[in-house]
Amino acid sequence: MISEGSSFIKGMLLGGLFCAVVTLLGNFNTGHQSTTDHLHHHIQVPSKEELLKLPEPKRLELSQSIRVYCAILVQPRELSYWAAVKETWSKHCDKAEFYSPENVKVFHSVSLDTKDKWLMLRNALKHAYTNGKGYSWYFVALPSTFAIIENLKFFLLNKDPGQPFYIGHTVKSGELEYAELEGGLVLSVEALRRLVGVFSDSVKCPEQGSVLWKLTEEKELAVCLKYTGVFAENAEDSEGKEIFNTKSVNALIKEALAEKPQEVVNGCCSDVAITFHGQSPNHMQVLMYGVYRLRPYGHTFHDSLIFLPPVDSDND
Amino acid sequence: MAALSSRCCFSLGFLVGTCTLYFFLTQVWFERKFSLQLDSQVPSMAGQWGGENQSWRVEGSALISLRYPHLQGKDSRVADQLYKKVRILCWVMTGPDNLETKARHVKATWSRHCNIVIFMSSREDPDFPTVGLGTKEGRDQLYWKTIRAFQYVEQHHSHQADWFLKADDDTFVVVDNLRWILSNYTPDEPIYFGKRFKPYTKQGYMSGGAGYVLSREALRRFVEGFRTKACTHTTSVEDLALGQCLEKMGVLAGDSRDSIHRETFHPFVPEHHLTMKFAKSFWYWNYCYYPIVEGPQCCSDLAVSFHYVDAELMHMLEYYTYHLRAYGYQYRYQPSLPEGVEPDSARTEHSPLGTERDAPGNGSSKL
Repeated sequence: MISEGSSFIKGMLLGGLFCAVVTLLGNFNTGHQSTTDHLHHHIQVPSKEELLKLPEPKRLELSQSIRVYCAILVQPRELSYWAAVKETWSKHCDKAEFYSPENVKVFHSVSLDTKDKWLMLRNALKHAYTNGKGYSWYFVALPSTFAIIENLKFFLLNKDPGQPFYIGHTVKSGELEYAELEGGLVLSVEALRRLVGVFSDSVKCPEQGSVLWKLTEEKELAVCLKYTGVFAENAEDSEGKEIFNTKSVNALIKEALAEKPQEVVNGCCSDVAITFHGQSPNHMQVLMYGVYRLRPYGHTFHDSLIFLPPVDSDND
Repeated sequence: MAALSSRCCFSLGFLVGTCTLYFFLTQVWFERKFSLQLDSQVPSMAGQWGGENQSWRVEGSALISLRYPHLQGKDSRVADQLYKKVRILCWVMTGPDNLETKARHVKATWSRHCNIVIFMSSREDPDFPTVGLGTKEGRDQLYWKTIRAFQYVEQHHSHQADWFLKADDDTFVVVDNLRWILSNYTPDEPIYFGKRFKPYTKQGYMSGGAGYVLSREALRRFVEGFRTKACTHTTSVEDLALGQCLEKMGVLAGDSRDSIHRETFHPFVPEHHLTMKFAKSFWYWNYCYYPIVEGPQCCSDLAVSFHYVDAELMHMLEYYTYHLRAYGYQYRYQPSLPEGVEPDSARTEHSPLGTERDAPGNGSSKL
């Protein structure tokens, strides 16, 4: 009895040691990989030096050459958010397309004929790729996300859309790094091309999702992209602040009030933030006012890009 | 038999040990965010009023700004000039119970952009600092506090500023935009500005909560009115009483709207003005001097104030006004420079493409 017990314990200890060794070795290998990839993991906005190199007459041309296709995934019960997005930030996309699980009478949208979230995302991206030719970047958002497309274009200014980019608020779960859908995610046209290619591989990227256990659609996306050699990356401004946010301005300010009461506004959020999530329809109107209109008189920015206000709009 | 069972136990133990440690490692070690953790960016000037590159001096209970607070990446030449030309003293109506919950946030945000700021309370507090007006607290004391506050300011600081703003501790003010409005007037004119209401007076009066600003001459006349007993404490409805006194003393109620007639002083929060439809029975419809506009045109791009702003919204508005922006965006509303102000460097605030995108009839001077 005692000898069996001691065998058991010996076995347990050896098993634990074995596991630790294997993990460390595995980590060492991925450690190697991540040092080479690490250069990609935190992408920054263009620096002052890079911006100064741009010739002035070219600025408008350059600004107009960065074309963003916005794909917004809506549910029929989110009508008020849908209306808010339509009337606010999506007007600043070069093309904004709304995707819903089924046809909705009130709004025009592309019906994806499925309620499954992963299938919805797949079909939306496939549709965006085939119908959205001539765009260099594809931005996917949920209806309670507010996005500032000009800041997205600024961020993408010196990135080559012919390279595979998959950017957003990136987190790690186990071994998988993925961009959280709530913060909005951006794919270059090359990344999207590779993704659509791997969609037809039912082993690597099956329609019903992972076999072992069901992953969220954002994780499934990351898995499929990983097979094509495309990895999720984070974005930050020149001070290292995140620009894709998965929380609302309200929530972020509240956190800063609690944690950094001496420097709330500075400690909270980037001046060139791209997304906030969880904003009410009313607050989206406030954000339009706050971002595109409200400002202190007498301060000018000599920016390197020029974006004109959209036609037929009065809240920006 | 014993050897077999001990080997089984060993294998079982091995399996259990492996699985346990695997799950332990997955949960604790790997479940970490890969985003860059923002190291605390609190600069060493924690506790100092101003924060970003600001220098200030305490004079009694007044906080006097020595230099305009500069923010990185901005060309603030025009704002700098207006800072020197249009000196504003802001006094904030508060009380001992509100210092930590409300006044503190005013101090951390918009009041840093005033030339001088003074917090007025019934009781003196040398640490905050606040002036003690020697009154009691409560809604019925509002006019008493206002009278005493203006008398204090006139006595101690009238030579240090051109314009004198009164705000509540739940008012948010964009002081730069106030300077823009006032740059078309001189402090020697008897005039005052705010959110104009029409009842009970001939020329209207200004809403207390939305904040109002008096010229130096208007301030002098107000204090003079009480000295000569031409004005007395008639009612505790502070904004109406003040408006009636100023009217008596020949101070003009000014039009604070921007060059396309949009309101700049607002008695409610931005969300109300931008999105809500006021019920037709709401008192507001009968009070506003100028026609109410609902929706996005309710409010000027160069808004001066909002009211009923809580702590969280105070910081949010500071973030929206002075920080968050759309890179490269060419604003629709581009008013011309006030007289006597030099433009900033190569590009002015006008569109670099040379197109006139103001509302029709604009392009000339503000009023």
